[in-house]
Amino acid sequence: MKKNKLLMKGAEIFFECLRQEKVDYIFGYPGGAVLKLYEQLYDVDFLEHVLVRHEQGAMHAAEGYAKATGKVGVVLVTSGPGATNTVTGIADAYMDSVPVVIFTGQVSSHLIGNDAFQEADIVGITRPITKHNFLVRDVKELASTIKKAFYIASTGRPGPVLVDLPKDVINDSCEFEYPDTIDIKGYKPVSQGNQNQIKKAAEMIRNAKRPLLYVGGGVIMSGGTNELALFAKENNLPVVMTLQGLGAFSGNEPQSLGMLGMHGTYWANMATHNCDVLVSLGARFDDRVTGNTETFAKHAYKIHVDIDPTAIDKNVIVDLPIVGDVKHVLAELATELNHPPKVEAWWHQIEQWKEECPLDYENSDGRLRVEYVIEKISEKTKGEAVIVTDVGQHQMWIAQFYKFVNPRSMLTSGGLGTMGFSIPAAIGASFGIKDRPIVSISGDGGFQMNIQELITAVAYKLPIKFIIVNNSFLGMVRQWQELFHSEKYSFTDLSKSNPDFVKVGEAFGLKSFSTSSPEDVEDLLDKAFAYNDGPTLIEFKVVHEDMVFPMVPPGSSVDNIIIKRLNTKQIENL
Amino acid sequence: MKHIISVLLENRFGAFNRVATMFSGKGFNIQSISIGETEAPEISRMTLVTSGEDKIIEQVVKQLNRLIDTIKVVDLTQTSTVVRELALISVFYQKATRAEVTNICNIFRGNIVDINNKTLTLEITGPPAKIDAAINVLMQFGIKEMARSGAVALKRGEQIKDYKKETTFSQL
Repeated sequence: MKKNKLLMKGAEIFFECLRQEKVDYIFGYPGGAVLKLYEQLYDVDFLEHVLVRHEQGAMHAAEGYAKATGKVGVVLVTSGPGATNTVTGIADAYMDSVPVVIFTGQVSSHLIGNDAFQEADIVGITRPITKHNFLVRDVKELASTIKKAFYIASTGRPGPVLVDLPKDVINDSCEFEYPDTIDIKGYKPVSQGNQNQIKKAAEMIRNAKRPLLYVGGGVIMSGGTNELALFAKENNLPVVMTLQGLGAFSGNEPQSLGMLGMHGTYWANMATHNCDVLVSLGARFDDRVTGNTETFAKHAYKIHVDIDPTAIDKNVIVDLPIVGDVKHVLAELATELNHPPKVEAWWHQIEQWKEECPLDYENSDGRLRVEYVIEKISEKTKGEAVIVTDVGQHQMWIAQFYKFVNPRSMLTSGGLGTMGFSIPAAIGASFGIKDRPIVSISGDGGFQMNIQELITAVAYKLPIKFIIVNNSFLGMVRQWQELFHSEKYSFTDLSKSNPDFVKVGEAFGLKSFSTSSPEDVEDLLDKAFAYNDGPTLIEFKVVHEDMVFPMVPPGSSVDNIIIKRLNTKQIENL
Repeated sequence: MKHIISVLLENRFGAFNRVATMFSGKGFNIQSISIGETEAPEISRMTLVTSGEDKIIEQVVKQLNRLIDTIKVVDLTQTSTVVRELALISVFYQKATRAEVTNICNIFRGNIVDINNKTLTLEITGPPAKIDAAINVLMQFGIKEMARSGAVALKRGEQIKDYKKETTFSQL
């Protein structure tokens, strides 16, 4: 029997599609080209539109929502500047494989290419930073395009998909039918890994003397964290994690060695350098992880499990690639690996490294340090908060000192390194996650990059704890200036030009606190966590000149790891 | 090493651009690129000539496969392949050299497609190396201008019938 089809306007079709995709929040900002959609919103009751204050904020909010929940984040903005303002966020989502669908308004079809008011070729602009994008040219293609957009964004290696909607398309009408199935000739993501390769991998792990699991964000995205926990614990395999992988395996488990890479723990890096079988799970051998690719895990037989074939052999040539969904592959690996490798001696060695260079910091001089603040937040929240970082030193200290126990707890801009990520991403996360505290931690630099979104958090009464660790410097840049740029602190000193953050917070309507004393930290955290009728802000004024260690200098081998602050002569010899 | 890569892609607005954007974004070089409709009008075939180490070519093929608009990607370099290119070459002549130019054109099984008081325009088809050879020998007369189509190529024998995405990598 033929289905009865309804004649519907583009704007109605748009929201009907979102309903079918079970979208519950869209992050957006209205404007000329999308007025029809905003008019239609009056009749929409199945989703909430969140009004941000800048389109970049909408993008990061959608990312925060997607990273925290695993669902697709949705953005709606107008044409021209509305669309171009999302570009940084789209690039961010592309680098970190975050599923987001961005709807941009566009000028009417007949005006495209005419330099019309608020026209920008956003499809052209975002081509290299989206997984895919579409310009809808006819209202008849609208429903199938939206279906494809959600499918592409959320399957395979996830990523942002942009759909450009000319004004006439959302005004036109057609018969509506939402397709049940999808068939894109050129897009068939794989999930099952090759059986023979998995058998081979299991054999290599079984016979390994010094095996190591190198875990990235892919494990979290695939929902494979239970499989990972079983696999690592049953076989007593040490686990190192990338920045995006933090939370994939609980930091409280004895098998966790924490983060590897440029600012990873000494023992994680030594284990990577000395392992004989390296199993990469949903990680991409990023330069911040590998340093010098020639010497990275150079003694190891390398197994690389990734859903994206292009990730394989891109940075480091591996011995055994397995293309597939890491959740499935891990489950099969566990079955194939019928008896665990003998790793007692290996663990003994790792424990030695842990004793040689533990993670520590100066805390005897009574001055406030970021590491201390992070430790206290970690204790206070038992590692169960959703931590939304910005970019820089504090981000690395969080990676080192916050004990993540759950996946989707570390929301951070890893690949693109976007300052200004934390505030809006925390807002997005706060809409998605209601049963765990959301803590946004920024430096004084990044905090000012999307500071306008504070009012969004206030307007929606989101109980976010905004933390500023204020060292009055662009700390990470300052660190590189000290180590690699002749101590020329060019334009990184903000001490004379920072605003009064407490006044800023109060002006936006946040309960705001500030301290520079370690003794106040727990008390202020208690106050902030006790208040849940809206956001709170705490400024921690910390030591100016602290540096993040350990540090493997960029492009270097683990042999050159810097454990502690160097004197000038040592710096000259770097 | 030079590689000829054949790509079936959706004959759709922006599809070609995606390939070009990917090449420039990833820093891959393109020596020539040619594109046209296939027997199925919704699908185009693009023939790319590129060069690089094996590791780079592997990435080129994977990155091409990764684009949503590409349906099938085949590196034809190691297979038995028909490769053809077309060149239009406008060559200066004088009374004394006209016969010689015509003769060279015949040797390369080309056609003379235009003539005026100063130049002859030759149409030469063949593998790119043959075109290079023709250009080399015509250089002595002075080439006024020329246009090359870039290589087009098809695998010999079996035809590609189904438009399923290349499965090489999913079999890994």
